[in-house]
Amino acid sequence: MITFIMNGMKVQAEEGWSILETARFYGLEIPTLCHHDGLSEYGGCRLCLVELGEGPRAKLVSSCTYPAQEGIVVRTDTKRVWAARRMMIEFLVAVAPSSKVLQDLASKFGVTKVRFTPRNEDCILCGLCVRMCAEQMGARAIGFQERGYKRKISTPFDVRSDVCRECGACMYICPACQLRCQGPNADTVLCNACLNMDPTCHDYYDDLQCWMYDSGRCGTCVRGKNK
Amino acid sequence: MSGTMRDAKIESTKFRSLKELSDHIAQSKRKRREDKRPVITVSSGTCGQARGSLKVVEAFKKALKETGLEEKVILRVTGCHGFCQAEPNVIIYPEGIFYQKLEPRHARLILEQTIKEGKIIPELLYKDPVTGKKAATEKSIGFYKKQKRLVSGDNTRVNPVEIDDYFSIGGYCSLLKVLKLKDPEKVIDEIKRSGLRGRGGAGFPTGKKWEATRISPGNPRYVICNADEGDPGAYMDRSLLEGNPHRIIEGMMIGAYAIGASEGYVYVRDEYPMAVANVTKAIEDLYRRGLLGKNIMGTGFEFDLRVAKGAGAFVCGEETALIASIEGRVGEPRQRPPFPAQKGLWGKPTCINNVETWANIPLIIRKGSQWYSAIGTKGSKGTKIFSLVGKINNTGLVEVPMGITLREIIYDIGGGIPGSKEFKAVQTGGPSGGCLPKKHLDLPIDYESLTEAGSIMGSGGMIVMDENTCMVDVAKYFMNFLRDESCGKCVSCREGTQRLYEIVKNITEGKGKESDLELLEEVAVTCKDASLCGLGQTAANPVLSTLRYFRHEYEAHILDRRCPAGVCKSLIRYVVVAEKCVGCLSCKNACPTGAIKGTLHDIHLIDQDKCIKCGSCLEACRFEAIEAQREEAIRII
Repeated sequence: MITFIMNGMKVQAEEGWSILETARFYGLEIPTLCHHDGLSEYGGCRLCLVELGEGPRAKLVSSCTYPAQEGIVVRTDTKRVWAARRMMIEFLVAVAPSSKVLQDLASKFGVTKVRFTPRNEDCILCGLCVRMCAEQMGARAIGFQERGYKRKISTPFDVRSDVCRECGACMYICPACQLRCQGPNADTVLCNACLNMDPTCHDYYDDLQCWMYDSGRCGTCVRGKNK
Repeated sequence: MSGTMRDAKIESTKFRSLKELSDHIAQSKRKRREDKRPVITVSSGTCGQARGSLKVVEAFKKALKETGLEEKVILRVTGCHGFCQAEPNVIIYPEGIFYQKLEPRHARLILEQTIKEGKIIPELLYKDPVTGKKAATEKSIGFYKKQKRLVSGDNTRVNPVEIDDYFSIGGYCSLLKVLKLKDPEKVIDEIKRSGLRGRGGAGFPTGKKWEATRISPGNPRYVICNADEGDPGAYMDRSLLEGNPHRIIEGMMIGAYAIGASEGYVYVRDEYPMAVANVTKAIEDLYRRGLLGKNIMGTGFEFDLRVAKGAGAFVCGEETALIASIEGRVGEPRQRPPFPAQKGLWGKPTCINNVETWANIPLIIRKGSQWYSAIGTKGSKGTKIFSLVGKINNTGLVEVPMGITLREIIYDIGGGIPGSKEFKAVQTGGPSGGCLPKKHLDLPIDYESLTEAGSIMGSGGMIVMDENTCMVDVAKYFMNFLRDESCGKCVSCREGTQRLYEIVKNITEGKGKESDLELLEEVAVTCKDASLCGLGQTAANPVLSTLRYFRHEYEAHILDRRCPAGVCKSLIRYVVVAEKCVGCLSCKNACPTGAIKGTLHDIHLIDQDKCIKCGSCLEACRFEAIEAQREEAIRII
């Protein structure tokens, strides 16, 4: 067993667990997008960031890929973590405003403005479909192409793939292209129609230490949309 | 039959024991010492060849034949001498006479006058841009005077493709010492005590890295030389690999012995064909001489070395991405831990060091850690090679002890800014570094001080900028580079660099908003905070450092729609100053679009509709009669 500190409490993890797995085991919520229990870890969406260590050397790491280690100190909901998460959501919503998954995340984390020019794309490059196709379907029909801002997901050489069985698993797992949010239109990238669940604790504490270790999930302490 | 004969010959040149190697080194050294013939060394790295050094070499060969000096002079074709401004150049030993910017026709002249008669040819000497004085020898040139060329200095002494040249300067002595010592841990201790830190940029203590790899369980272990140098304007790794590959390999072999590694890779980008060729040749020679392979010289030490060629992705300089690339996967970084020292190449303990780090190893072993740690500052030991480029008189590779100030590098070694322009900033550490303004000129350079000032040591790029540089434009250039070179895995880096670029681009086009500065800072901090690898974590530095030191320039672009340096095309227009124009037609001839009207001795006029703002007229005019004025027309808010 590995023992370490998470949000001020002593937790125990099995050998080989990630910080995310440990947190979920203890019922602490950490948002994820590119993580799926049935697939390998990727660490690309950066939503599951947690703060590792204390003092000036503390850094943000993605909890899905970071292994639980003896004696580390992890905090899952500090101001720094939330600021980074909000920025990630703002980035992602600006790319694909019509995704309900992203709009829900925006509402939940109190993202009330998007300051970037929306691109109205469908893909947020989380790579779930690529791993689904390779690991669960065994087809490897799709993969990443290019890098940086030109990165996209496609079949090799952009031609119809021989190994694709059109099983639809890639579409099933996609967080962006399936569920549509009807809220945003050309003027408003953000919908924010759902309850804005920004926990009030942050007004008073740096560390979100929910007495139920629930990090605002229950909704009892959150503000409404028009705070 | 010929095959067996060749094999027999190869076998005979193999070193079978440490004694044989040590005898051979001693013999080569003696031979070199006793050879009193003058040596003409021609700098012929990639930079030299680009300026025609191969033609100069040919001319020398021909002239040697014609003058009958073939047997009396040694012609040595070497790697880069570091003084790229003066390419192609030769140094004539033993005097150390330095001739610069040669043409093939000079070869005969040099042989006839300098070699035969001992006369110095003043036209070919280097002229100091500040004092105007001519310097006859390498040592009297300001560029070389303040340098401490411990690592790069041997470039002038060996032909990189001749292994015997390396033996003759005491090459592989350090390896011999280590193999004789038979105590790998002592070697690691020695490196630890020397205080050597990784020259790739992050500055991790090398000895510690070796130890971590040594104590990790797993077999085989690997050592890798990271030669995936991709910073714009930085080329010290290329110069070392091209000019002295054996030194790096010797370092790697010592490292491999200390760590217990039996295999190694030199990961070099394919854009460096000469480096690839020279390293490959060096490895072939070593196999032939029995210095690589199984049971090397009967010591039981086994080491195989290969060259892995990179396909030109900047991110592959990051160690986990580099490993992925060697394994044949997409070059993308992954989470550390596990560190490569624990689980690296093929899941085995792997030690990755930069070219320059490996090149320092033989020196430390030869001279001892105490000697080495006396050079430099408290936290950073030894020397560092910087590639000094940009608006500077003496462009080239400079090797200086840690703790030297920027002013010494730029003014004493670099010879200052050309055209008596004002110094504005120096960009250190490549694209992920930062721009340091004038007030930091007296900053002693080491890992910590640069980080504190908002830049990084990086691999050693140093780009000097003068008053005619727009810092917002510089930030735009680097963000454009980074958005392209980000691997695209992390949202924070992929979107962060892209959005930073978009915002900065808008600002340079006069479309910036006041709120943009705050947004820039916020995005930059998140990009730094939330990204996985070193690229993402430093990608925002160009924006952050320019915002920190040159915020007024951003404000001028946004609030006044004005580019103070007159660089951003959307914010300026070129006009002719009537009082200064003499009507010489040179701007008219330089204009590619025919936008300039006027006849000889008549004041010229620029047709703004035709002008594409390329700036050719500004460069062509010798009377300062062209001015970059603020563009009024775009004042739309």
